[in-house]
Amino acid sequence: MSKKITIEPVTRVEGHGKVTIQMDDNHQVIDSRLHIVEFRGFERFVQGRPYWEAPVLVQRLCGICPVSHHIAAAKALDVIVGAGDGDGLTAVGEKMRRLMHYGQFFQSHVLHFFHLSSPDFLFGIDGDPAMRNIVGVAQVHKELAVQGVMMRKFGQEVIRLTAGKKIHGTGAIPGGINKNLSIAERDELLKGPDPLNADKMIEWSLSALEFFKNYHKQNHAKVDDFASFPSNHLSMVRKDGALDIYHGVLRAVDSEGNRILDDVDYHEYYNYIEEEVKSWSYMKFPYLKHLGKEKGWYRVGPLARLNTCDFIPSPLAQKEFEEYKAYTHGKPNNMSLHYHWARLIEVLHAAEVIRDLLHDPDLQNEDLVVKGKKQKEGVGVIEAPRGTLFHHYKIDDNDLITMANLIVSTTNNNEPMNRAVESTARAFMNGQETITEPMMNAVEVAIRAYDPCLSCATHALGQMPLEMTILGASGRILDHKMKD
Amino acid sequence: MKKILVYGYGNPGRQDDGLGVSCVKMLKEWAEKNFPGTIDVDMNYQLNIEDAEKISHYDKVIFADASCENIHQFAYTTIKPSDAQLEFSMHAVAPAYVLYLCRSLFGKQPVSHLLHIRGYEWGMQEGLTERAKENLEVSFHAMTGLLTDYLSDN
Repeated sequence: MSKKITIEPVTRVEGHGKVTIQMDDNHQVIDSRLHIVEFRGFERFVQGRPYWEAPVLVQRLCGICPVSHHIAAAKALDVIVGAGDGDGLTAVGEKMRRLMHYGQFFQSHVLHFFHLSSPDFLFGIDGDPAMRNIVGVAQVHKELAVQGVMMRKFGQEVIRLTAGKKIHGTGAIPGGINKNLSIAERDELLKGPDPLNADKMIEWSLSALEFFKNYHKQNHAKVDDFASFPSNHLSMVRKDGALDIYHGVLRAVDSEGNRILDDVDYHEYYNYIEEEVKSWSYMKFPYLKHLGKEKGWYRVGPLARLNTCDFIPSPLAQKEFEEYKAYTHGKPNNMSLHYHWARLIEVLHAAEVIRDLLHDPDLQNEDLVVKGKKQKEGVGVIEAPRGTLFHHYKIDDNDLITMANLIVSTTNNNEPMNRAVESTARAFMNGQETITEPMMNAVEVAIRAYDPCLSCATHALGQMPLEMTILGASGRILDHKMKD
Repeated sequence: MKKILVYGYGNPGRQDDGLGVSCVKMLKEWAEKNFPGTIDVDMNYQLNIEDAEKISHYDKVIFADASCENIHQFAYTTIKPSDAQLEFSMHAVAPAYVLYLCRSLFGKQPVSHLLHIRGYEWGMQEGLTERAKENLEVSFHAMTGLLTDYLSDN
């Protein structure tokens, strides 16, 4: 009799996720699925609301990455208010948004690495669960844990000073921004007391990279082989091929590096990307239309971005990028755990960009908003920390939203995360008669590499137990565990 | 004078999940009028690791959050440091965990409490339900009483 193992929900990722692993009588993995309970009501919810509310409304989607949705929505509405196709803002408008975005990027990546992933590297995925968390990190590498906290704090301060407030920030508005950065605010970030300043963030970003690279040196096979599989990769890049998380064109490469989407205009994303619905998941499965469902799926996020871009436009990150690319001889990197390496290079890049922006006097300019001839439709795309994020809106003559379509980063990574689960399940669970905590964690490590944000649920107290169920083929529960 | 922080968290765009933030806004207004300069407030969508550093600068911390547990209107409890993973997501952390991190990383342990205010609806809308508003009023008045006593004694 085959049996089904269910891990629900996945620990240390956002929202609710459930992993089901189907095994046959010989304890061989025959199938696996990552089920994601994604909230599907938002696009309907914004219909009928005035378009200018969207950048604030979308922050209801998620308390983890509200800034990403805020900026993507604002970019779409730039088009609607006639402020160009994403590059028509004033200098202060675009640079303030970039500062906000890179601040969010920095703090999000930092949280993921220091507090979600570093325990796995420090203690191993088969390490003591009691130690394999940030508290364990604090016990053996207190300075690393403190660095993570203070880097998060710095990123949050960048957001606060650019978005205006922590909750429902209003920094980005259609056609621009609602505030610039005062000299005092600039100096708070640039010359803040140690360690809360941009230079220290760069120094710590470099040391985090060294930490990962040292681990990698000692554990090549473990890191490289884990959930490694070929895929396409998609991201936005700057028109000259540089890494750019705010604006650019869409590019995709296959697992060998061949260009399969050649710097196309993201405003026409619907000509290139289709979403498949599968009966067993609420989350759709995007793919490149011209390649079809089987061959057109792709990865997004740090790994994909460093596979699609030609260079990184900041010196220290570029140097790290060259070393990173050399490891795969210039070919695309298809190793899931190398997401962490790529993510840390992006942390360094973000820190460099933040520092450079803070030195830019344009941030004190007063021309905050531009507007032109109104349009009825707008698309905004950014590279969110977890990957490419699409916002698309249409409005009517009364300025009310009639259509909204969002493709969020985690949805773009749906198929790759499923592949990663399957790869890990086969590697760790085949032939095993009992399911151990390290095996379960191995599956979670694979998913965590993608840093999914599975639609932020209301987090009121007492809602989040860990549940594990083993089902037989007939659906009978063979085992059930609750972890709280 | 002892330093007090009142910290509300939740998403006001998710109906009653905004109870903690609403309560803190009311307490801020009340404190500025009755005890100016004595109470700091903060609010966010959820707690996170950097809050460990923030609370390390205070003697007393009161967290305020919505609750879906079966409590009568509100509950006010003392928080002990705990490394238990009370929530499966580390993208957001529990108050006891923030306190634990604060002690582990910064060597401080402020006296900490959690105000749980009963909520009922968590949909994607702005605004509290009527029953949640009643609970908010009751809990606010209870908190002003507690804070008045505390500030008078310290």
